[in-house]
Amino acid sequence: MQIYLPIAEVSVNAFTLMGLGGLVGVMSGLFGVGGGFLITPLLFFIGIPPTIAVATGANQVVASSVSGVLAHMKRKTVDFRMGGVLLAGGLIGSGLGVLVFNILQRLGQVELVVQLCYVVFLGLIGGMMLQESLRALRRARHPTGRRRLHQHNWVHRLPFKMKFRTSGLYISVIPPLLVGVAVGVLAAIMGVGGGFIMVPAMIYLLGMPTKVVVGTSLFQITFVTAFTTLMHAVSYNTVDVMLALLLIVGGVIGAQIGTTLGAKLRAEQLRILLALLVLAVCAKLALDLFLTPDDLYSIVTRVR
Amino acid sequence: MSRHAPLIALIVALLLPGVVAAQSQGSLMPADDTGAGYPLFPDPGRPRSAVPENVPKPAEQVVAGLSDDSVSITTSFDGSEILIYGAIRREAPIPEGRLDVIVTIEAPSQPMTIWRKQRRLGIWVNTERVEVGAAPSYYAVSSTGPLDQILLPGWDSRYRISLPQALRAFEGAPEVADAPAFTQAMVRLREDDGHFRLDEGGIELAQDTLFRADIRLPANLLEGDYKTRIFLLRDGQVIDVHRAAIEVRKVGLERWLYNLAFDQPLLYGLMSLAVAVLAGWGASAGFRKLRRA
Repeated sequence: MQIYLPIAEVSVNAFTLMGLGGLVGVMSGLFGVGGGFLITPLLFFIGIPPTIAVATGANQVVASSVSGVLAHMKRKTVDFRMGGVLLAGGLIGSGLGVLVFNILQRLGQVELVVQLCYVVFLGLIGGMMLQESLRALRRARHPTGRRRLHQHNWVHRLPFKMKFRTSGLYISVIPPLLVGVAVGVLAAIMGVGGGFIMVPAMIYLLGMPTKVVVGTSLFQITFVTAFTTLMHAVSYNTVDVMLALLLIVGGVIGAQIGTTLGAKLRAEQLRILLALLVLAVCAKLALDLFLTPDDLYSIVTRVR
Repeated sequence: MSRHAPLIALIVALLLPGVVAAQSQGSLMPADDTGAGYPLFPDPGRPRSAVPENVPKPAEQVVAGLSDDSVSITTSFDGSEILIYGAIRREAPIPEGRLDVIVTIEAPSQPMTIWRKQRRLGIWVNTERVEVGAAPSYYAVSSTGPLDQILLPGWDSRYRISLPQALRAFEGAPEVADAPAFTQAMVRLREDDGHFRLDEGGIELAQDTLFRADIRLPANLLEGDYKTRIFLLRDGQVIDVHRAAIEVRKVGLERWLYNLAFDQPLLYGLMSLAVAVLAGWGASAGFRKLRRA
């Protein structure tokens, strides 16, 4: 069934889009990631203009993170104070990112920068996840002594300290603010929630306890992606609600299937699979940058 | 600023004495009929001549009709077939010589940029560009035979019939040395993705009088008035042109969403967010209920 998208002005198969949303939904349910980093490149691939793919991707992330944060609020695993500080940084970053996106678009380098961002971040995350899950596998075989709660490093020597009761932390507000800004910029440029950056940063850099990390990052992501969507919609009219709706419908159904599936499989092996998948996507994108392209020329239509 | 470009072009065209003279003579002859090699990629530096309007009463005239004079883009729109049919009206017996028909459909123009990649620090980067002020987003040519055999190049450049000619003016002076290479690449890319179509031999001409052409409009259509032109050719020279418009409009939900997104962007953004939040909340609530049951 073909559907004509009113803003993208292209006609696409509705089932392809719902399938795409569903596939990413299954992965997010299985692995606990937002899936924005998979949806945006896939949208490029089926011929949605990059600007619209990024803006609509952000809108799709709002839907998936809302349902996640609601579940975490019920379990009381959201640090609202930390979330608020991250959010303040995130809004600044998102505003900056939308600005940068517009400049890149004028220079004709959007595709390159987005692709480079994806290669760098997917490479980093894939590598980290692989290393982490291999270590976890080894640890499961040779149990050792208990690790320290968190290490004291330069983060704890900065000024403007603040108490975060839910996380049990007393640290400076500067690092969480900076993390927030970085994630906001990524959300605007790559059309992703940025959970894959924020979660490791919260654990390793801020030393937050793991149980509040996912809920808090989802809380921040919901608002930052909502703000990004609004910014893109108001300044560049690039959000396609029809496209978003199809992705969301597929995504929410897929997420539920993924969660059910995930309960039946072993966690460490799943993580290794995801790490390999992320590395494969990264390698594909990197090859496209380094190998001679099929066509040296490309056409970009400008706004009338 | 760029919105005024066509207006400025029009004023410039009107001020050019050569063009005005050619029009006042009411001649169909092309300004320069040098017959330079075909296909010819337009030199961006050369000023474009104005396309002449119909002149009264040629010996043979085209009478034509379209199966549809409007196309509605609905949610389930996936392209449309346009049938163009017609006949040739004459007062005198059929003259000697080769008779041909060419039909073109031209979508509204949009500005675009053609980029060329180069290797920098090992990766491929867009480095050089040519700005095209206005190029049709869709252009189809259907004819009774190969264009290079049935159409003289001078007439082609006068009426901008073939694909390379249909490209409009470049914007400003090109920043690159080999602008025609960019034009060539653009035509090739647009042909590959189905936005430029050339169907030589797609028109059947029966008894030198009746003809029909089927032209398929793709699913990825832009809104606007699509210009249809039917050319009647005798020995490679255009002797009559028939013009008609096909109105392509979004309707219903498509129309409403598009208007909302551009006229009330804030409201539209908030609505998109509401859709996302409701879907997220509804899905988790719905599945929870499902699991409990």
